Amino acid sequence: MSESVIQVDNLSLTFQTNDGPVHALSEIDLDIQQGDFVSLIGPSGCGKTTLLRVIADLEKATGGSILVNGVSPAAARLARGYGYVFQAAGLYPWRTIAKNVSLPLEIMGLDRTTRKERVARNLALVNLEGFEKKYPWQLSGGMQQRASIARALAVEPDLLLMDEPFGALDEIVRDHLNEQLLALWGKTNKTVVFVTHSIPEAVYLSTHIVVMSPRPGRIQDIVVSNLPRERTLDIRETPEFLTIANRVREGLRAGHSYDDVES
Amino acid sequence: MQETGFRKSVIPVTAVLLAILLVWSIASVLLNTPWQKDIYKRAGTQNVGAVEFVKATMAQERPVLPSPQQVAVEVYNTTVKKKVTSKRSLVYHSKITLSSAMLGFAMGTLLGIVLSVAIVYNRALKKSLMPWIITSQTIPILAIAPMIIVVLNSMGVQGLVPKAFISMYLSFFPIVVGMVKGLNSPDTGHMDLMRTYSASNWQSFWKLRLPSSLPYLFTSMKIAIAISIVGAVVAELPTGAVAGLGARLLAGSYYGQTIQIWSALVMASILAGSLVWIVDIVGRLVTHRMGLNHA
Repeated sequence: MSESVIQVDNLSLTFQTNDGPVHALSEIDLDIQQGDFVSLIGPSGCGKTTLLRVIADLEKATGGSILVNGVSPAAARLARGYGYVFQAAGLYPWRTIAKNVSLPLEIMGLDRTTRKERVARNLALVNLEGFEKKYPWQLSGGMQQRASIARALAVEPDLLLMDEPFGALDEIVRDHLNEQLLALWGKTNKTVVFVTHSIPEAVYLSTHIVVMSPRPGRIQDIVVSNLPRERTLDIRETPEFLTIANRVREGLRAGHSYDDVES
Repeated sequence: MQETGFRKSVIPVTAVLLAILLVWSIASVLLNTPWQKDIYKRAGTQNVGAVEFVKATMAQERPVLPSPQQVAVEVYNTTVKKKVTSKRSLVYHSKITLSSAMLGFAMGTLLGIVLSVAIVYNRALKKSLMPWIITSQTIPILAIAPMIIVVLNSMGVQGLVPKAFISMYLSFFPIVVGMVKGLNSPDTGHMDLMRTYSASNWQSFWKLRLPSSLPYLFTSMKIAIAISIVGAVVAELPTGAVAGLGARLLAGSYYGQTIQIWSALVMASILAGSLVWIVDIVGRLVTHRMGLNHA
């Protein structure tokens, strides 16, 4: 059952800027198994989004090695091995919701019947039935983000990469979408890599929490959650939850103290 | 909503129009005064009342600057009261100018789009092509128009097409500039999305860049269609064209028919204004239909 989906070994990424090199990622080691829900958490500038973008082949690592589905990120991307959910919903304003979800399927060259079937199924999965013919501007921010998740799911990837997908939403909508995402993950046994800067969100959703710290972007701690796979929002009140949250918080603090020493 | 929007635009436009007409009338009285005095002097007329004098300056046969009502009457007489097939009909002349302007506009838009796509997708072309495109617009069109006509004529191309070439020469430029910007307008998120799908260049052009560029295209087309008319009129000047608004301007200036010149001018601007308005309406409809007005 356990099989590595993402293997990162001593990975580093240095951006060359006018102010000299910026070490966005340094000495990253990470092994993500099929079915894991992995959160990358850390303050801004810790490289969590950059790491996700390297996995998605939107950035190229400058050192070390990385395998996605056993091949290079570029090959995984060409094989359409993942679905990516961006921080902004990024729906195309001239396409209806159904057409937006259908976009990746058109690019993959699927026929009309398959497209229609997949669009309907994935819109149902995020509770957006009946909104097929609406344009993005007619939907609330939360609904737009759900549509963008449906769009990523329509590709039917085993691997879902999510970059702070609920960052711009209010607490109530975010809780609701977290629940839905967890239910979806429970149903499908997909692997999820999820970037966030919210400790409760990370602990509530994840099987593994990767705590990162900035300058240079590196992994501070990897917290393995002992919470059951099936969870409700109430779990956030339990002592087990709080213990994990505390450990994550300590990891974040340890990462920050490095900052204080330097400045 | 619709009505207040209508009122909002009608009142300022009318106010400006009235101001223009007022300045125009005053200028016409002042500029025609010397000649009117001369007429009275030669005729030995004396003691002309002020009102009568002003009226006379605004009703000369060949005024330095015709009054607005003289031009209005001339435009009315040569459009509504003349058969459209008559050589004295402004409708007839407008049609000729319009047809070459439209052909030039179509060619210019097409050329502009093709060039902008080439520039956006090929870095070498961007560096090599753009300076020449800009240079092309620094050459005075009046200098280059006769040469284009002569060269094309010697190649056996006559009639509408050489004139349309001048319009194309002027109109492709705003299209290139607007479309290069428009095709590059999708934000990084939208472009990254295409990359995660491993979309081909063609797919990301067709499904992302082109739709994103349409608002820019329509803005450019508004400029392009107006200068297409200018191009067509200019093209008629040095070629000894016998028909068209440019020919009408030229004929008017040969015979000192200032009223005729001015009515041709007014007709050309009405034509250009209406075309810009039509493009604007079409642009609004398209972008509204695409849901872009809400983005």
